[in-house]
Amino acid sequence: MTGAPTRAGESPTRDTTTTHAPAVDARPLLELRKVTKTIGDGVLTTLVADIDLVIRSGEFVAVTGPSGSGKSSLLYLLGLLDIPTSGEVLVEDRSVNTLNEAARAQIRLATIGFVFQFHFLLPEFSALANVMLPMRALGRLRDQAMRERATALLVSLGLEDHAHKLPGQMSGGQRQRVAIARALANEPQVILADEPTGNLDTHSSEQVLSIFRRLVDDTGRAIVMVTHDLDLANRADRHVRIVDGRLA
Amino acid sequence: MKLILDIAFTHVFTRVRQTLVGMIGVAMGVGFSVMMASLMEGSQRDFVAQLVDSLPHITVSDERRNPPRQPAQDVYAAVEFKGLRTPVTRPGIKNPYAIMASLEAWLSGAAAPSVASRAVIRYAGRDTAASVTGIDPRRERSVSKLPTQIRQGTLEALYKSSNAIILGDKLASKIGARVGNTITLVSGTGQVLSCTVVALLHSGLSQADETQAYTLIKTAQILAGQTGLVNAIRIRTTDIMAARVVAQRIEAQTGYKAVSWQEANEDLLSAFQIRNFIMYTVVGAIVLVASFGTYNIISTITHEKTRDIAILKSLGFTEATVRMIFLIESLLIGLAGTIAGWILGYVLCRMLGSVEFKSPFMDATTLPLYYTPVHYLLAGAVAMTASAIAGYLPARKAASVHPVEIIRGAS
Repeated sequence: MTGAPTRAGESPTRDTTTTHAPAVDARPLLELRKVTKTIGDGVLTTLVADIDLVIRSGEFVAVTGPSGSGKSSLLYLLGLLDIPTSGEVLVEDRSVNTLNEAARAQIRLATIGFVFQFHFLLPEFSALANVMLPMRALGRLRDQAMRERATALLVSLGLEDHAHKLPGQMSGGQRQRVAIARALANEPQVILADEPTGNLDTHSSEQVLSIFRRLVDDTGRAIVMVTHDLDLANRADRHVRIVDGRLA
Repeated sequence: MKLILDIAFTHVFTRVRQTLVGMIGVAMGVGFSVMMASLMEGSQRDFVAQLVDSLPHITVSDERRNPPRQPAQDVYAAVEFKGLRTPVTRPGIKNPYAIMASLEAWLSGAAAPSVASRAVIRYAGRDTAASVTGIDPRRERSVSKLPTQIRQGTLEALYKSSNAIILGDKLASKIGARVGNTITLVSGTGQVLSCTVVALLHSGLSQADETQAYTLIKTAQILAGQTGLVNAIRIRTTDIMAARVVAQRIEAQTGYKAVSWQEANEDLLSAFQIRNFIMYTVVGAIVLVASFGTYNIISTITHEKTRDIAILKSLGFTEATVRMIFLIESLLIGLAGTIAGWILGYVLCRMLGSVEFKSPFMDATTLPLYYTPVHYLLAGAVAMTASAIAGYLPARKAASVHPVEIIRGAS
């Protein structure tokens, strides 16, 4: 099925430790131009300052930096969850600064997938229902097609036996894989992952990383992953370091 | 929309206890509102029905709204006359049977003549004042419920003896008279008549039963000292609500004062309007209080679901969608509560309706309750509106949650 990675646990198709540079002519998916984000009413705190960053298709980018350096803020700006104080955010070469909340939500739904450190699955819904949520919100597929696609995603992530379980009945690694399946539901161009392995054991972390690797290599999606783990970061195609809100 | 409903249903049904508490709150509000409205309107309608049943719908009397013009005013073109006396006119309606015939030609209903007079009833050494009404028993049947209120005899018994009289049962027991006894009537003009009690009357209204007596028209005319006198025409209309309009037309046609039952009880009816206003205010207040429970529950759910809201918004759900989810949850609680409240209201009405009350002034009676879908729809509409408002406020707050703040807080 298009967009679904190969089964978790199967041998990856390439050596994931090898860094790999995307073709320079790969199209830019997300772009930040001189983006600054400050918060606070009286005393202003700068979260990110003067950031220029382009994320292209087929690129696996790791963002690292010390705690409070602005890694997550950068991710939220890229994912249109936050609005920059100054500078411009472009999605597929189109500025989104002036778009309203509903339009940005629509772009997020169709183009961007999020994976967080906490799985953030809806606890009352089964794994299958959670994966179907973005598809149902987008409303491009019929019920049966959505169900088939969600099932295929869960199978590809080794969760075929857990489709009807509630998040509370699954392990942390399984929940994070369900969250990844949900992020992939609408076949987004780019996955933004904020410390996706932060709460996982080594085995589960490896699984998540290999899934990301396959997504980039097999489907040409872009992945931006915020992490503290330099070993994981070094296995990405590009390593972006941020210190005190600026690219180092 | 199906997704929104799914999420809303899931939230509501996975919180059974909270949902039940909210639902019971609304149900109590709706149930008691329905019961109260039924009771209030029932008592009002019962009162009006008794009023309308016991009195004619329209009474045409030998009075006029305005004093008659002085003959001098018709003769001389003067601005003002002083010192003129109103001419003495013979009391009673002129040509009453001709007037009744002309009225019956167009009005939907029936008319009956009557003679109203007052007298003192004397029996066994006791005197008591009474209203003596002279009636035509054949016509009376079509304008009042009198025939059904007669005990120990019939209305037609008035024809049996020359001076027959029907007494209110309490009046009879007050003076110790029974059917067959002869009593003495003394009028204000000094006329004295011996009458035979031929039947008793029980209207259920204590005051009427203690003071009312009926004779033939001829007997009442003798008592009033004026043969041929008819001082009232009583009319019963098919449509009781049309009585006011019909009365105006009669007045315009005959020149005599025609008073509809609405006009006669104007103060009472306006008191009912105030009573209704109070009733609907109380009903609204009951449901409003119940809606605070819904507000509390939806607020709690939105508070508990802040993280879910953040994640839904990060996935691409708009503020409007999130708002709609919680609004629907509130409406679901409101709807379930309304349906339960309708059942509760009906059961309460049935229970109240089975309680019997006894009063020394009236016959034993049950509470008058009025059943109408309007009460149910009204209470339901107020409950649903209150639920929508109670849900909208926390829903709006939930929808404005900034996902980044919540996600940051969680991590």
